[in-house]
Amino acid sequence: MSRYIATRAIRGANAIVAEAEALLQKALAEKGPDAPVAFTNTAYYLPVIYGLLGHPVSKIGDLVPVIEHAKSLLHPPPDEKWWVPYLGETLDCGMATLLACEAIEGIRFAYGEQPERYPGFRMTGGAAFTSPEFEKEEGGGGYLNGPIDDIQLRSWGIQLVDGRMPGFAAIVGAAHSNAAAVAIVRELQRRNILVFLCGNVNGRSIIDQLHEEGVEMGYDTYIVPFGRDTIAAIYALGVANRAALAFGGLKPGQAREILLYNKYRVFAFVLALGEVDDLKYAAAAGAISYGFPVIADTVIPQILPTGVTRYEHVVSMPWNEIEGATEEEKAARLVQKCIEVRGVKVKITEVPIPVPYGSAFEGEVVRKADMRVEFGGRHSRAFEYLRMVPMEEVEDGKIEVIGPGFEDVPVGGAMDLGIVVEVAGRKMQEDFEPVLERQIHYFINGASGVQHIGQRDIAWIRISKAAAEKGFNLRHFGDILYARFHADFGAIVDKVQVKIITDPALHAEWLQKAREAYDRRNRRLADLTDEAVDTFYSCILCQSFAPTHCCVISPQRLGLCGAYNWLDCKASYEINPTGPNQPIQKGQCLDPVKGYFTGVNEYVRVASQGKVDQVAVYSIMENPMTACGCFECIVMVIPEANGVMVVSREDPSMTPAGMTFSTLAGMAGGGLQTPGVMGVGKYYLTSPKFISADGGFKRVVWMSSFLKQTMAEELKKVCEREGDPDLLDKIADETICTDVEGLLAYLTEKEHPALTMPPIF
Amino acid sequence: MAKKKVRTPQEASRDPAAVALLERALEIGAETCFYRADEITPCPIGAEGLCCRFCAMGPCRLVGDVDMGVCGATIDTVVARNFARAVAAGSASHSDHARDLAYTLLAAAEGHAPDYKIRDPYKLFEVARYLGVKVGDRPINEIARDVALAALGEFGRVQGELLYLKRAPAKRQKIWRDLGIAPRAIDREVVDLLHRTHAGNDQDAEHLLDQAMRCALADGWGGSMLATDITDILFGTPAPVRSEANLGVLREDMVNVIIHGHEPTLSEIIVAAAQDPEIIAYAQSKGAKGVNLAGICCTANEVLMREGIPLAGNFLQQELAILTGAVDAMVVDVQCIMEGLVPLAQRFHTALITTSPKVRVSGAVHIEFDEHRALEIAKQILRTAIDRFPQRSEVFIPDIRAQLVPGFSHEYINYALGGTYRGSFRPLNDAIIAGRIRGVVADIGCNNARLCHDENHYYVVAEFLKNDVLVVQTGCGAIASAKKGYMTPEAALEYAGPGLREVCEAVGMPPVLHLGACVDNSRILTVLSQMVSETGLGDDISDIPAVGMASEWMSEKALAIATYCVASGAYVIMGGVRNPVAGSPYVNQLITEGWEKKVGGRLEFLEDPEEIVRRSLAHIDRKRAALGLEEYNPAKWGKSGDWRIREVLELPLEERLQAVYGRR
Repeated sequence: MSRYIATRAIRGANAIVAEAEALLQKALAEKGPDAPVAFTNTAYYLPVIYGLLGHPVSKIGDLVPVIEHAKSLLHPPPDEKWWVPYLGETLDCGMATLLACEAIEGIRFAYGEQPERYPGFRMTGGAAFTSPEFEKEEGGGGYLNGPIDDIQLRSWGIQLVDGRMPGFAAIVGAAHSNAAAVAIVRELQRRNILVFLCGNVNGRSIIDQLHEEGVEMGYDTYIVPFGRDTIAAIYALGVANRAALAFGGLKPGQAREILLYNKYRVFAFVLALGEVDDLKYAAAAGAISYGFPVIADTVIPQILPTGVTRYEHVVSMPWNEIEGATEEEKAARLVQKCIEVRGVKVKITEVPIPVPYGSAFEGEVVRKADMRVEFGGRHSRAFEYLRMVPMEEVEDGKIEVIGPGFEDVPVGGAMDLGIVVEVAGRKMQEDFEPVLERQIHYFINGASGVQHIGQRDIAWIRISKAAAEKGFNLRHFGDILYARFHADFGAIVDKVQVKIITDPALHAEWLQKAREAYDRRNRRLADLTDEAVDTFYSCILCQSFAPTHCCVISPQRLGLCGAYNWLDCKASYEINPTGPNQPIQKGQCLDPVKGYFTGVNEYVRVASQGKVDQVAVYSIMENPMTACGCFECIVMVIPEANGVMVVSREDPSMTPAGMTFSTLAGMAGGGLQTPGVMGVGKYYLTSPKFISADGGFKRVVWMSSFLKQTMAEELKKVCEREGDPDLLDKIADETICTDVEGLLAYLTEKEHPALTMPPIF
Repeated sequence: MAKKKVRTPQEASRDPAAVALLERALEIGAETCFYRADEITPCPIGAEGLCCRFCAMGPCRLVGDVDMGVCGATIDTVVARNFARAVAAGSASHSDHARDLAYTLLAAAEGHAPDYKIRDPYKLFEVARYLGVKVGDRPINEIARDVALAALGEFGRVQGELLYLKRAPAKRQKIWRDLGIAPRAIDREVVDLLHRTHAGNDQDAEHLLDQAMRCALADGWGGSMLATDITDILFGTPAPVRSEANLGVLREDMVNVIIHGHEPTLSEIIVAAAQDPEIIAYAQSKGAKGVNLAGICCTANEVLMREGIPLAGNFLQQELAILTGAVDAMVVDVQCIMEGLVPLAQRFHTALITTSPKVRVSGAVHIEFDEHRALEIAKQILRTAIDRFPQRSEVFIPDIRAQLVPGFSHEYINYALGGTYRGSFRPLNDAIIAGRIRGVVADIGCNNARLCHDENHYYVVAEFLKNDVLVVQTGCGAIASAKKGYMTPEAALEYAGPGLREVCEAVGMPPVLHLGACVDNSRILTVLSQMVSETGLGDDISDIPAVGMASEWMSEKALAIATYCVASGAYVIMGGVRNPVAGSPYVNQLITEGWEKKVGGRLEFLEDPEEIVRRSLAHIDRKRAALGLEEYNPAKWGKSGDWRIREVLELPLEERLQAVYGRR
């Protein structure tokens, strides 16, 4: 601390705790102690309070002991002279501030005052694979985001661990100018750092600034507007606490461990923009206990000695004194400093294109009205094809645009496109072709103002008017692919050349070649069974978050996050032989039905640090595989129905188990073996090895409708394979029932096979 | 008595309050230890450890051509034996102090000492864990009783070794066990050493010194550590308070009672009694506004740390306090009480009151303390003091006092560096690793009338602060820094180097930390052990860039402390007076290079304070290099702090709104 900061933070803490107490008294009087208090869609109650105190708040009355505890952490500010030490005391006041802020937001929820209303504001919406045509009506929204829900948090889990998302920045206040606000946020986006926005300076928030400048905010752009006061900053720490609980296997009430988990594993920092007031100092003192440093763009006292945080605690970088001719240059330096101070590891690939580039832009949606041109979709055909060719046939860096550009296509029009990537490398294998080809989606999506959906010959790409105005053209697809393949897959790819084909004759010719390759690969992939290989792969990518979890990935069981299948792991191992994916020799098969292998057991025992002794690869009932927290679906046994239900993380509804996804996730994650509960990748549902020891897909009695819809084609084939083509209709979903009674009635009516199968127990 | 050159007051002390009273002594013709030190030439034979008085065939003076005693004891044996005897006496003192506290805890737990209660149950639970006492949900008094009995058991432990040894780093414990110097029982090691040093016993210098280490370890990791812990349990674990130091804290309008010695048991109750309305009314009935307590020596440090009672001064100021004519009673318990107080007290109106069953001083009033009737006795003592108040004649209180913030228990330091949720030693280790803090020096121990009072303490502390060395202190050394003003938080801005200043500003702490009484040097052992377990500074105490010193030492207790610190891995320098093992180059080599090889620490006696600083910094830099830490470079630090925001805040509002963004 510095005495100045201590004074202001302690003052701020005393004021906010008093405010929280007064608000609580009011709420107790007006709403009563039993009035419910809940954040949106989370199993972690008020997560800061729940994590630190182990105290689940679900009613207003539950907040009374929280405020009492906060008061016990308060101290008087240090004197002007002859003061007594203040660091521990200020940090305690910071913690009191966090408890008070979360209590206030909880009460505001009870009053319907959170998330904050913001007329005219609309979040950019939709998950990456939903069509922009589904977007909400104009005039929707009108609210800021408020707290992040568990589903989003879990879906970010894998990105946070694999380095695609190196950390988060909690921005509090307002930037020096609108241009500065945009520049800072773009810099962070460019580095794929998640941006949380809150607070204001004299009533003006960075949220207002970005809104005025038309910056898209929402989960998909990695910019989450929490609220326009400092109190909303608590939502950032709610994310931090839930990361420790969901992925770190920590228990509520393990306050010190949760804080240290964040210090060592969650790369977050606070960026205080504009003049810092008492409450901001107080909240920053709370953030410091998490190991999150504070960087300010104004003159504030610096606290440079380290210890509570890993590097400096508080750094001042007055905006006017930052070198740089433009706001962009200053922003770049400021963000660079933040990264240094937090020790964030950022992998950044310079891609020479005229628009900003980074994973943060992956989720951007190009609406029809904003579109310059599209390839694929309803009015044209786009495909992408990556193939391996002999070394001498590739001229590294050669990018050809064969055929006309889109200059002559009318605004909002469509044209055919083919993207052919040819790679060569001494360590390249034909097996890696589909692995690399699938990256095209992520690589192209990284360009701001470019949207990519689908793959193979159902690819669908849009370029926005803004991107086209900045000079983005067809050749830049090649530039992106060339740069990224070298940067990310340099270990297996030595040379890359790209053909961008719009010429109709060539387009038809290459499309034919591509389709032949797709077909060949499909057949090969179908041949790839667990029995056909000697080696499975491990995935311990998530051990940075869930230290005892280890995925075992076989050809017929992909990783629970959905992002890594057996081929991906094989390629990843080639790229980085000491990386998170290691070959596991299957060893002796002890039980082919349940899937016990000596090699797997030995590997898992070591990789889980002794927590897991053995794994049945094909069973949910006996020694099931553990999960980190990034799973796409949860499979859980419904004993009454003699089957299992499958809940997708997109589904917020109640389930027949009496719990929502978020609550279930607490049981499934954290690297623990819980028989009867398992986190899985959704494509595992289509595998013949899906809980094959327990009866396979026919055991599925209930499934989130989201899965039924988005995987309709694949699931239909599974039902046919299982010899019951109408099976999907016999499986209930949340639109049919959300309790066991309803489920049993439905299954009986439909004569679901699970009812007559041998007992699952 | 032959007239020698007598030092002027300015030559005798660096403390202006002491100087003023030494001048006063000259004026009124009063004799003090300063004068006697000038008068009495120290025995040159004894000073170097060469006088053997262990049997009636002697005393044998091993000087000149004489290189062995009547029995044939060699110089090496005699010097080592003298040193070892001193260590035994020092260890006995701290440990016996601990025993009395353990009995007080037992009496309190069993309900026989109603004026005492468990003030820090958390500390009790922690100590219970170390001593293998079950906590569970048992009544607190039951736990306290078992802790007291377990503590008492350590004194006469029948088998095994002291339980507290396991608080040391694993590597250190192994060294002790491998050398066979892991202490077995507190009393046993003292008795063993007394036995060995009896005529005709252990006559191998190295072997004698090994047992001296074992005996000293029984003090540091036994008696002293138990004393600290039990005191915390009974009277509270210290946390920062504000107080003042030096004779200026005496009040003309109040009954001044000085508590002096080393034990907190009575003085804590006197603190309570002094606030009793009945006592205040009695004082008022005699024309005083109330009772003003102030302390000298380590009793002072005990009640300073926990209750904020001001410090009147350190060891060499006990007589000077009486010379103010304002001390109505001086209440003493054990250790470091000069008999010279008696004639001075008689000359003034002061009641010199002895209280310990172990300590009577001829000519003093004896009111024996009994913890079963503590408050009653405390009030009796205060009434005796109040009765003297009307007898005061001329009063001479120098208006000199300094502010300080003491109260740094290792528990508080842990809290200070992270709060309730994140408390740890990480920031301290980080600061040392980075080089903001170059190293740590513990300057502890006594005053010595043969030296210029406080001169070495003031000098070495100032030098270390300038060089970004964090200073921790106990005992009379701590009182010296308190008087000098080094223990205020502002002192960091004025005296500390740029790196240390940054750390002090971050924590809000003074650059010199007051850790308590001399028995609380055990806290230093705990701090060092915690620094090791926090990682980054090696895996043993001997790896840490730290030095211990008693730059004005005089007592046998100081030698015991020095020896247990060395045996725990520290480099220790005893400053000021002559080397008590100078008579045997072999013994001197044993405690320096010999001990360094054995236990990683070494003991040196250095008279020159500049040399003390030079060697300390060299040692710190050597340890830094051995750990692979960056070379100390103060130019890198000092960019933290409040100065810049203060400039901005002085601007008018309009300008400020722009100025926060910095200069264009």
